Amino acid sequence: MMSYRLGVDVGGTFTDCLLIDEERGSAVTAKVLSTPADPSVGVLNGITLVCERAGANARDIAHVLHGTTVATNAILTGSGARVGLVTTQGYRQVLQIARSFVPGALSGWVLYNKSEPLAALECTVEVSERISATGEIVDPLDEAQARQALRSLRARQIEALTISLINAYANGTHEQRLRALAAEELPGLPVSLSSEVIPEMQEYERTITTVANSYVRPVVETYVRNIRTELAQTMRDPKLHILRSDGGLASAQAAGHYPVNLLMSGPAGGVSGAIWVAGQAGYQNLLTFDMGGTSTDVALVQEGKAQLRRETTVGDVTVRASSVDVRSVGAGGGSIAHVPELTAALRVGPHSAGADPGPACYGKGGDEPTVTDANLVLGYLPAATRLGGEMVLDLTAAEQAVGTVARGLGMSVKQAAAGIVDIVNEKMFSALRLISVQQGIDPRDYALTAFGGAGPLHANALARLLGAWPVIIPRGPGVLCAYGDATTRLRNETSRTLLRPFSQLETADVITVCDELAQAAARALDAENVPRADQTTSFEVDVRYHGQGTLLTLELGRQELQHGGLAAVGERFDRLHEQLYTFALNSGRELVNIRAVVQGTATTVTPYRAEPGDGNPARAAMGEQPVFLNNTDRPAVVYDRARLCAQDVIRGPAIVMEMDSTSLILSGHIGRVDAYGNILITPEA
Amino acid sequence: MPATIIETNPQAHTPLPRVPVDPITLDLIENGLVAAREQMDALLFRTAMSPIIRDQRDGFPVITSRDGKLLAGQFGSPVHGFTERYDGTIEEGDIFLTSDPYECDGAISHANDWLVCMPVFKNGRLINWSAMFGHMADIGGKVPGSIPTDSEQIFEEGICIPPVKIFSKGVLQEEILRVILHNCRIPEWNRGDFHSIVAACRMAASRCVEMAERFGEAVYVSALHDLLDRNRRAMQKLISETITEEKRYFEDYICDDGMGMGPYKIACSLWREGERIVFDFGDTDPQSVGAINFLLSEQMFRMFCGQFMINFFDPQILLNDGFFDLVDVRIPEGCLLKPLKPAALSSRTHALARIFDVLSGLLGQSNPDYMCAAGFSDSPHLMYSGYDKDGDWFLLFQIGFGGIPGKPGGDGPDGHSLWPKFMNVPNEFIESYFPVRIECYETIPDSGGPGLHRGGNAMNVGYRFLAPGVVSIHDDRWLTYPWGVRGGLPGGRSTKIIERTDGRRELLPSKCDRVRVEVGDKLLFKTWGGGGWGNPLERPAHTVATDVDRGLVTREGAKRYGVVLRDDLSVDEPATTVLRAELARQRGPAELFDFGGDIAELKARCKQETGFDPPQPPTFAAWVRARQGQTQVVSHVNGRQPVSASTEAEYTGGIPLPEPRAK
Repeated sequence: MMSYRLGVDVGGTFTDCLLIDEERGSAVTAKVLSTPADPSVGVLNGITLVCERAGANARDIAHVLHGTTVATNAILTGSGARVGLVTTQGYRQVLQIARSFVPGALSGWVLYNKSEPLAALECTVEVSERISATGEIVDPLDEAQARQALRSLRARQIEALTISLINAYANGTHEQRLRALAAEELPGLPVSLSSEVIPEMQEYERTITTVANSYVRPVVETYVRNIRTELAQTMRDPKLHILRSDGGLASAQAAGHYPVNLLMSGPAGGVSGAIWVAGQAGYQNLLTFDMGGTSTDVALVQEGKAQLRRETTVGDVTVRASSVDVRSVGAGGGSIAHVPELTAALRVGPHSAGADPGPACYGKGGDEPTVTDANLVLGYLPAATRLGGEMVLDLTAAEQAVGTVARGLGMSVKQAAAGIVDIVNEKMFSALRLISVQQGIDPRDYALTAFGGAGPLHANALARLLGAWPVIIPRGPGVLCAYGDATTRLRNETSRTLLRPFSQLETADVITVCDELAQAAARALDAENVPRADQTTSFEVDVRYHGQGTLLTLELGRQELQHGGLAAVGERFDRLHEQLYTFALNSGRELVNIRAVVQGTATTVTPYRAEPGDGNPARAAMGEQPVFLNNTDRPAVVYDRARLCAQDVIRGPAIVMEMDSTSLILSGHIGRVDAYGNILITPEA
Repeated sequence: MPATIIETNPQAHTPLPRVPVDPITLDLIENGLVAAREQMDALLFRTAMSPIIRDQRDGFPVITSRDGKLLAGQFGSPVHGFTERYDGTIEEGDIFLTSDPYECDGAISHANDWLVCMPVFKNGRLINWSAMFGHMADIGGKVPGSIPTDSEQIFEEGICIPPVKIFSKGVLQEEILRVILHNCRIPEWNRGDFHSIVAACRMAASRCVEMAERFGEAVYVSALHDLLDRNRRAMQKLISETITEEKRYFEDYICDDGMGMGPYKIACSLWREGERIVFDFGDTDPQSVGAINFLLSEQMFRMFCGQFMINFFDPQILLNDGFFDLVDVRIPEGCLLKPLKPAALSSRTHALARIFDVLSGLLGQSNPDYMCAAGFSDSPHLMYSGYDKDGDWFLLFQIGFGGIPGKPGGDGPDGHSLWPKFMNVPNEFIESYFPVRIECYETIPDSGGPGLHRGGNAMNVGYRFLAPGVVSIHDDRWLTYPWGVRGGLPGGRSTKIIERTDGRRELLPSKCDRVRVEVGDKLLFKTWGGGGWGNPLERPAHTVATDVDRGLVTREGAKRYGVVLRDDLSVDEPATTVLRAELARQRGPAELFDFGGDIAELKARCKQETGFDPPQPPTFAAWVRARQGQTQVVSHVNGRQPVSASTEAEYTGGIPLPEPRAK
């Protein structure tokens, strides 16, 4: 019997599907328009098309793997659930105070208007109980008072409940008891406990993370349910998995219960796809560069593994959840350029024209100059481009918009446009430096993988700033994410806070904790019928010098522990600290958290192979276009990416167009098409 | 004798030619400096040891030009004062350390701040300086935390490091460091924090060198000049458009000196003369015989002023020294803001922060855009030290937060920091490292000044002590109010109460040392709120109702907005209309400022409202008066008495205090 695996990526414009024959590993792709009102319609259209192309029966699809931005969007648009919050007495305002932090410079407060907390203060109640830092019960839970507090939330029309008590990371019994009481007093509400979502120290971070979980939970659960229902119509009960922020896969049920782990699901799909594609091209060390309309995401990949971070930021909400360490800068195609009268400096961003009205050239009423307008004025984005396959770009509108900036700067329109591109590149360069040079990593040892709507337009210039070669431009950004979704592995992790100096820890005890955590983590995969033989377990520890606030995460081998003991781990920590921060100390090291990560097996997929060519890309040429480089207009050949063949060599300046993105190869650079259809840009020898 | 700078490049003494820099390159270099400064912060906060730097983020970076002009940073360049006084050579690989405010023109303001300065060389030529200071949790001296409230000389305030070469040609001078650390109570924190600061300076240095490499030395250095010029042009325009030639005057106060005297006046006049503005602190009180003196660096004040003004117009600008000749700052020697060595400085935090209220009060009179209420202009300290159950000595150092002022753009946040980047230390962290339980961490209803834009609420933090020890407190605004503006009312004042295990409640003065606490004692540390902005009777009634529903304002407190609420907290429209009309009549036309009464009135009500006798008028050292050309000579250390604590009247900060919650 045939069996298929389906990767689905829902983007703003397109929905991409990737169907993999599990037996042979062959893959077929399809691209259809997204249907924002009900994304599952687009998904079904994509499935129909991809099955048609593959000659497959949808009923043979056994696994559906999906990256989603529903959780992210719920936070960005403020459309999540109304959350009730239960805290320990004295801590009702934990989110209102939010660690007292005011962003910005000195006197930044004069401009700062704080946004409303994710759980409204009027929906927050206190219960009488207290647990100590070591987990002992100081004051027992006053159940009568707790019931009353919970009942008072009935009138508040809350749709989800978070329970987050002080020191619950050390002892969750009061939270568990409150969940039982809530089931009686507020029946039917989804309840999230801080001691389950993120049993780690720091009350504000644990509370906001658990509240964020409650906030997105109803919308994610509904979405997952809808998708399953739709899939059930055409398929035979496929297994649905959702891509987590950390690049692993979660079962649909786990995704619904702990959706805070999905906030970076979208970007993680891109990074996972980039890892896979670049791996095919022979590159394991990457800087990924995903430039979209409003922001740009960059990430570091070492030896084929994305760097992870114990923190996820969406909009102005930062939660403690593992995610691919994607750094975002508020710079994208829609970033608006302006020249403040006072300083006559050129500023790009942080404001963005977004998708609506969008850049001036969209002709949807925007009249402020954006990065996309600058690209159009410079000829980098040919006026003949049909964004999303249909939208015509208005060059005159772009020139007029950029003209306002040019006048402020006393420059020509093209010079001003080049300035806008330089400034936005500089911002993205800073973000790329942050994940490379600032971590003691030399970007010249890394390839730059570019995707997103605008990434391939700016990548060549950024690689020149970084010295990171080659630039790898995979085919279609949406397909890339679908590859990411389809090729990642099932994953679960469990963690525990230990908080003990190395000097007070026995290696054997640490090994025991590791084993307990591994058993707990494996259960989720057992439930997915992944045989233990196919599960791989790894461990991580968070370490710091006693007194430090920030943690460094180290991978931990059980074997390393058995042979070298904790001392070996400590030495590795010192070396990493020195690499990152230029110094190590001789003060006591402290083990804060231990995590076990259990993963299933990877899927084998045969990559797409481009038609072999003769090295001459002339067959794909569509015409010529002047591009403004180094202060002059120079002719650039415009190519159709669909007609490029393997081994084609493209000399810059050149433009390569495809349906959902455009690549720019600068003069003095060469783009080579590899066997898999990627374009690899390097400086001309 | 000024320092000798040794540059190995024979061309170094010929300045690099000033070449034209295109505006885009200029913006790129500005961005590069912004990024370097941010990365200095990031590196320090990530690696520092002491909670005060790590979480509360009391550390500040600076990048300057070759000649010490500040290019990036918020606290004024330390380089000039330091190179003037350092008597030695400055070579590539050298790094300097000082903690003596008097040796660097007040670039740092007390000896707890360790300032690291690093000259940046490229090809044997000095191109920049990077510098950073951080607040050390303890530097020895007479009290844990090294910030005595009762010191009379800086020598009582712990070890004071003159400018020394702590790295010589790249090599750490271990013995100097050993001498210094030997004088500190928690040397491992100082050592860790020191290395973090050095690492941050080195990181900035390499960013400067990289930029010079990338753009070419001449272009890079010319761009630095251009950035200075650009700031000057911008500030010139801002000054001429927003500051009038008419003389404005404003005064504010430090409530007391911790020795029973006060309040102390900080007074400033502001006017414009052509393109320059003058800040004249001539009417400020003389230096205190106690520790509330603040050595205000003119450089730093210019920076505060520029930052405050420009924030409204181009917040992305990287503010630098370029405009400094446009701002004339006059501070007489021997006054509270320019004390003479060896005057004590350890309680300088109050005047340092009160400067911001003065600035906003002055600038606001010239231009309504700048008009913010008084806010949480302080960083109150709590220090709790003792021996834990294992016999290990501990020191908890906390900075308190409070109400951000009501401002033109909206309400002031509740329980926030007026200082950039500061954060609280997580209470769970404190509870796992110190023998204390934090039983409440909340804001105080009604403590924010009512206004169209409400001032932020003060904080109430309840510390239950689990080991015997001693407590020190530094706070202010217990007597004077955080004032409101344009019809806004003042915010609530600060109080400190200790509840003993036998049920006694003791008021603590706002500045005190060595208060003994026993196991089970509880300290309620209440800070102050932000003043209100605009007429509270115009605040939408439903917004007030929401504040009440959220517990940020009480039902009774809503009446100060003229809002009457029913039992279900819905707005009683008819009653509200009547009350608002009545209050409008009573209050009459709004004054620009509402101080909650003048000093004489506040002192007259002091005992009744605060439980404390009013402080005695300050007396000043005879020589200080003489030096200032004043005829009135008052004898030294007269009338200094400890403030007597009262247990009878509950100090309410001028607002009704909620009943203590039943435990």
